[in-house]
Amino acid sequence: MKHVTRKATRHVNQNEGLIFEKSSPGKAAWKLPPLDVPEVDTAKALGASERKDLGNMPEVSEIEIIRHFTRLSTWNYAIDLGMYPLGSCTMKYNPRVNEVVTRLEGLANGHPYQPEKISQGALRILKTLSECLIEITGMEAITLQPAAGAQGELTGLLLVRGYLQSKGNPRKKILIPDSAHGTNPATAATVGYAVENLKSNSAGMVDVEALASQMNEEVAALMLTNPNTLGVFEQEIAKIAEIMHAKGGLLYMDGANMNALVGKVRPGDFGVDVMHLNLHKTFSTPHGGGGPGSGPVAVKQMLEPFLPTPVVVAKSDGTLGFDYNRPLSVGRVRAFYGNFGMFTRALAYIMANGPDGLRQTTEDAVLNANYIRKGLEGAYELPYSTPSMHEVVFSDKIQAKKGVRTMDLAKRLIDYGFHPYTTAFPLIVPGALMIEPTESEPKEELDLFIEAMRSIAEEVEEDPQIALNAPHSTRVSRLDEVAAARKPILRWKPSNS
Amino acid sequence: MRYLPKSAADREAMLKAIGARSIDDLFSPIPAEYRLKRDLKVPRQMAESEIVDWFRQRSRENGDEYTSFLGAGAYLHYRPVIIDSLISRGEFLTAYTPYQAEVSQGTLQSIFEFQTMISELTGMEVANASMYDGSTASTEAVLMAVRLTGRRSVVVARSLHPEYREVLATYAHHQGMPLSTVSFGASGRVDLKELERSVTTDTACVLIQSPNFFGTIEDVAGVADITHKNGAMLVVAISEAVSLGIVEPPRQADIVAMEAQSFGVPLGFGGPYCGVIATREQFVRQMPGRLVGQTVDKSGKRGFVLTLATREQHIRREKATSNICTNQALVALMANIFMTVYGKIGLRELAKQNLAKTSYAALQFGKHAEVLFDGTPRFNEFVVQTKEDPYVINSRLLGHKIIGGFPLKKFFPELGNAALWCCTEMMTRSAIDTAVGMLAESEAGEPAPETEEVAR
Repeated sequence: MKHVTRKATRHVNQNEGLIFEKSSPGKAAWKLPPLDVPEVDTAKALGASERKDLGNMPEVSEIEIIRHFTRLSTWNYAIDLGMYPLGSCTMKYNPRVNEVVTRLEGLANGHPYQPEKISQGALRILKTLSECLIEITGMEAITLQPAAGAQGELTGLLLVRGYLQSKGNPRKKILIPDSAHGTNPATAATVGYAVENLKSNSAGMVDVEALASQMNEEVAALMLTNPNTLGVFEQEIAKIAEIMHAKGGLLYMDGANMNALVGKVRPGDFGVDVMHLNLHKTFSTPHGGGGPGSGPVAVKQMLEPFLPTPVVVAKSDGTLGFDYNRPLSVGRVRAFYGNFGMFTRALAYIMANGPDGLRQTTEDAVLNANYIRKGLEGAYELPYSTPSMHEVVFSDKIQAKKGVRTMDLAKRLIDYGFHPYTTAFPLIVPGALMIEPTESEPKEELDLFIEAMRSIAEEVEEDPQIALNAPHSTRVSRLDEVAAARKPILRWKPSNS
Repeated sequence: MRYLPKSAADREAMLKAIGARSIDDLFSPIPAEYRLKRDLKVPRQMAESEIVDWFRQRSRENGDEYTSFLGAGAYLHYRPVIIDSLISRGEFLTAYTPYQAEVSQGTLQSIFEFQTMISELTGMEVANASMYDGSTASTEAVLMAVRLTGRRSVVVARSLHPEYREVLATYAHHQGMPLSTVSFGASGRVDLKELERSVTTDTACVLIQSPNFFGTIEDVAGVADITHKNGAMLVVAISEAVSLGIVEPPRQADIVAMEAQSFGVPLGFGGPYCGVIATREQFVRQMPGRLVGQTVDKSGKRGFVLTLATREQHIRREKATSNICTNQALVALMANIFMTVYGKIGLRELAKQNLAKTSYAALQFGKHAEVLFDGTPRFNEFVVQTKEDPYVINSRLLGHKIIGGFPLKKFFPELGNAALWCCTEMMTRSAIDTAVGMLAESEAGEPAPETEEVAR
């Protein structure tokens, strides 16, 4: 009999309480060197401002801390363990050389205010990454300052506003397709714009006629994700850009799905005026359980004067420096220069790939998504038959007849050893299963995934309870989120242990 | 390409399964005229060893092996080695936001512990799972106060980190929120008389920082009285988190906006850092950012989930409390481990060492130059006023591999030649003595003509 390695099996792992529950007076994990200056009388130095007690802060030893966090870590799923098919999140391999170069002493300990003369290394990294990203996007200028995608969106819309204001009228509205990420409308509101919804057509793309009728001199910009959240490339992108530009509006591109385009097509070439990138998606910086991200914003030349301060410039003596004197700038969106540690990682990724590797990466990402699409056809409803790029969206329509919804299917997938796909998004697909494999999956893992998903579909037909009660193999299952929100317990207290 | 796990045969077989003739078929939705027909002009594919070499070169060009007296919102503290050991575990490093609680309990429980410790240290009741950094946390805290009070005007201390102030100005501008500034008095603290005149019944909140940008500890109670008397909220920013080990937290505040970089996060040329917002329970539904809560699973077992998501953009879209989505989870984990290592006793001892080094340095500098705001309690920073341009002094120090204090004239022209010096537990007495010696030399003589190149 051929030996088949299944994806997952049950395995003993350790229980672990909260760190506060292990604490007892007198334990310590720290040791300070002897003081080489006189001790200070804290009461005298601080007076009434002296703090006497640190409350319930823990007291534990080093081995307990190592075990505590190691045990906790084993309760997480991770890219390092297997495919993490979250649509729209681009959970690709996070190369380890990225981590190594970021921790080099001069970069890790570089102070943001150290003189420019001894910051040439960091400035060179900012400049090189900027040039690479400008080339990749086909844009003309960039800011690396935004701390994440949503802040990139905010910065992008501030640039739009600044530019239109300089033309005499900042305008009132932002058009946003109904398939967009929630950050898009939330951002527009933060920048003081009203949000107008744009309906998708039957192919899941922007309805160009609707756009033409909704576009007018009150609209500042269209925020478009391309490929959109269905994984569909907006084929009429040229027409879309033309409609926006004809009425003096701008085309903003949410670059969340740039992993489908790098090296194959450049947004700057198809009419985009301003866009953000997510370095933590396309450029392999780790998600780290929710962050940090980094959201550079690339623009066409006419928006350049409005970029946040400072920008990196080459000085007459050949060195690099920061330029703070930018009277038209929209201002600063974050202290210092952005999430520099993500810049080193993203640049190391670009260098490891080169032009050929970046292109192959994109091709593999699209190949993987289409392979999954083919593999799951028939087992799950495909609401839009439009060709898929880097991700594919199914719906739970077939399984819903048995009372099993996308979240149940996702929970059952956990038992098969996979992280769930993205559930219930985009909103235009009721019961969506949004699957993005990325380029990092070998064929074997994809086959296991397809097999798991098909097996789940069969189970639902035979016994829906299996999915409805899933997951069956995890430490905890179906946590009570309603109770958590109704009476929030947001911190440990000695009394609730 | 070494990150791509497919052979040519795999690709061939997959294309065949899909029913595509070539990979180009899959890109046919992109109009042909836009498809890139050339290589991207980025560096050629490099070997790992070449990449490491390139960055090593950049590292050497970046102030490697200098002793630094810089603080000003970014602090060099010792980072226990277990921080990197633990955060390098792939299960933390390469996991996503813990939306799927069953396979994310590690991240969720650690964030719950983080929220608990931040609450303990700030004297607040609840804390969120992190914000981008101190500047955006301060800004979001102000926006939160605006929502809570239904008022729009904001009074900001001039002794707040100037870049925090700039970020707030960027956000406030488009929300129609008038900002006014209240200056500092001779003590280096917020001028309470001026504050009294500035705060009105239209004021949503007062934003101060303590220890403030000059390292001076504010009279939080005094500021709180004036603020609350007018029905406004008090937001206190903290940019030097280690101060919480020995400085009484701003318990009178309604919202604390913190930068936790000092808790084990590398300086990293300015980021990523770790902002946090902490507040009182009654305000939690207007708090931005992710929150982890304790609950039970279907069999009654304790577990943790992301909660109160109805505040957030993915549910509420344009009506959300903020557009924030990503947080700083991995950086928050660094801070979490740091706080756990030092804990109840260590954090106080660590803060005491900072205090001792700074007291010593201020005393020594004070023998040769004027230490401003002297008499007012401070933590690990102090302001030194010199006759000579601090950029000139710093250029000279740089020749001895010392980075001097941060010249304040860029942000505070009224302070002339003053510079902000910082001493953490990493500073040695001999480095302090060297810097003081060099400063004393120039202060004793006539100001040197600017013959040498000045480093900025």
